[in-house]
Amino acid sequence: MAEKEYTLYPNPITPNSAILFDEELCNGCNRCIDFCRTDVLMPNPERGKPPIVAYPDECWFGGCCAGACPHHAILMVHPMNQRAVWRRKETGNLYRVCVENELEENKRPPIVE
Amino acid sequence: MNNDIETMRGMKWQYPVNYGKEIESEVDVLVIGGGLSGCHAAINAAKRGAKVAIMDKGPIVRSGSAGTGVDHWHSVCTGPAATITPEEMTEEMCKMPWFGGKFCIGMGKYITCKESYDTLMDLEKYGVPFRDMDDEFEGAAFRDDNTLIMYAYDYDAKTCVRLKGGALMKPLLAQEIHRLGCEVYDFVMGTSLLTEGGKVGGRVIGATGLNIRTGEFVIIKAKAVILTSGTPYYLWTFSTELQGGAAKFYDPSYTGEGQLMAFNAGAEFINCENNKKSFSGGFMRNPYGVGDASNSWYGCPIVDSKGKRVPFVDREGNEIPEDQVFHFGKGIGGMDGMFPKDFPERIRNGEFTPPFYADLPSMDPLERRALWGIMVGNEGRTNLAVYKAYGKAGFDPDKDMLQVPYLGSDAYMKTATWMAGLTTPVYWREMARPGCNPVIDWTLKTTLDGLYAAGYVIGSTDASGASTTGRYAGRNAWKYAQTVDQVPYSREQIEKEKARIYGPVTRSDGMGWKELKIGLCRVMQDYCGAEKNEQGMKLGLKWFDSIEEQELQQLCARNPHELARSVECMTHIGVGRMILNASLARKASCKQYDFHRLDYPEMDPPEWDKYVTIRKTEDGETVAGELPLQWYLKEPYAPTYAENYDKYCAL
Repeated sequence: MAEKEYTLYPNPITPNSAILFDEELCNGCNRCIDFCRTDVLMPNPERGKPPIVAYPDECWFGGCCAGACPHHAILMVHPMNQRAVWRRKETGNLYRVCVENELEENKRPPIVE
Repeated sequence: MNNDIETMRGMKWQYPVNYGKEIESEVDVLVIGGGLSGCHAAINAAKRGAKVAIMDKGPIVRSGSAGTGVDHWHSVCTGPAATITPEEMTEEMCKMPWFGGKFCIGMGKYITCKESYDTLMDLEKYGVPFRDMDDEFEGAAFRDDNTLIMYAYDYDAKTCVRLKGGALMKPLLAQEIHRLGCEVYDFVMGTSLLTEGGKVGGRVIGATGLNIRTGEFVIIKAKAVILTSGTPYYLWTFSTELQGGAAKFYDPSYTGEGQLMAFNAGAEFINCENNKKSFSGGFMRNPYGVGDASNSWYGCPIVDSKGKRVPFVDREGNEIPEDQVFHFGKGIGGMDGMFPKDFPERIRNGEFTPPFYADLPSMDPLERRALWGIMVGNEGRTNLAVYKAYGKAGFDPDKDMLQVPYLGSDAYMKTATWMAGLTTPVYWREMARPGCNPVIDWTLKTTLDGLYAAGYVIGSTDASGASTTGRYAGRNAWKYAQTVDQVPYSREQIEKEKARIYGPVTRSDGMGWKELKIGLCRVMQDYCGAEKNEQGMKLGLKWFDSIEEQELQQLCARNPHELARSVECMTHIGVGRMILNASLARKASCKQYDFHRLDYPEMDPPEWDKYVTIRKTEDGETVAGELPLQWYLKEPYAPTYAENYDKYCAL
């Protein structure tokens, strides 16, 4: 059996990832970078690719990047210890945000005009 | 792993780096800090004919406390339906501990009460919608059928307007600023004020800034400068290691460069000793993203795990009947409902069984849609991070009850349960409001000629507080700018400032900014914590001196981002000294400041009913003095708000 090679890494940054880019939807326009109020994003050296989340540890979770994205390619990922819990009143079932569940997406938009 | 360190290893910095390269401009009015206050200041100077520049550490399209949105607009005392006068509201606000109690700067509050409605009308012109034009809320108790304005919190007072376009406010203001042709310096952090002859106490004639992406050095000459930056936070606690920047309510960009540059230029300050236990600590929950009954969530019933409703009480502790929650008739602040004082005991006695839930489904449908659709749809950090992220996971306010965090019983004192401040240590503190404010006159000029201030800097918090005082300062700064000439800056002052800020990029190895930042927090925790004495605070000053000579000289920045964070560490030392010096000079304990001196334990002796002032002298010494409370209603000013406003409002 071939021995697997292991690599030394610095520890992962916490939170691991403040936002996730959908590589299918993102065309690398970099608009989000100029909307980030804590300047945590960096253009990808490879043109057309999603920006690099250079400083996820400094992300303030304002959502400015996600709101600015014309392609809706940015998913916000709350730090694990901030993920809210709710209970469906009728069934008593419990759910958490940012993880998979059987519920359908609630697409009713907020009142922002 | 989501964030692949390997991808970033050795990646080239994607912006051209030019440390120290000078970018120069000359304007009539320079605004430092592009939040709501700064934007209104810039717009109001520019539309009267001033050439204006605006500088911000972030992008003005989204920076500042309302950058991610705002759901309400307070103090419309001159609005069409208001039942409270500016005088009444100012007086009421000056009693509230949240606004600083006896240390509240009432002059700013009065300006807000006078101009809040007019400023809202300005915003409507810039495109910010707030009226219920499509009648979605027809029949709702909070809607006025004549004006289609929707009120919040107190439906009798009618002084707070729900903003159904509040999430768009900053982008629309930024658009107006560009339309007026202002010079915009996004991602440029202000670092110092330029003064005539480079002298401390001299007339302010411009400012310097650091481009946080390129490292370039920005020099802007101006006839008048308006300081509209944020409050210095992150002085006692800083940690990105648990939940990143989400750990705190305030943006990590709020570090106090504005206050420090004004202090270093010689401006006199008050309220520097005003700090309290941090309400967001280092373990805050997602704001407005957990079961809650405050601000945006005001009026939402909270029930225990068996469905029993928790009563709310008003500020005096009287229980509010369920049908009176929106009718308290005072119109002040975000809300009046709180948990009863004996709530923790009642939980322990078994009367209520945690966990608690925000019972959205039980609400009146229009109230519920207003709460989750307008308020949570528009308030800061909720549009994307709560409304849309939760919707994506299937959360439905018509069916679901959001859980209140499971805190210790004693922590359920505030209805804003996401703050969790009561569960954090007492020495984890934060600047309180108003905190670190330059002394101002009725034109909102500081004690330095050419330097004006507005917004959080002068304790005028909240969206309408920041916007109205920015508007007022914009008018007055332009009025002043027309009376003076540009003067050349001192080359020596520029060279000194460059030597100060670029040190960390001259080293290829050394200490990183994070370790230094956390070390500086430890100094504040230990020597300027919940209990203070002269010995401790003097040690704090000594350690800042020592850190400046030792660790700061080892600080290493490998790119402009790290350099900006390094400069924030320098700011930390400077603002920390301001706080320590002011705290040393207040030789009495003080309840409103949550200020406890072990060596002067007597609480609020009457002779200390005054502000402590601090100021830097020309030879660099910090000297303390005093200023009477409500100095703005004493000589040389008139004794009433109205007379002074009429004389100085520049309208």
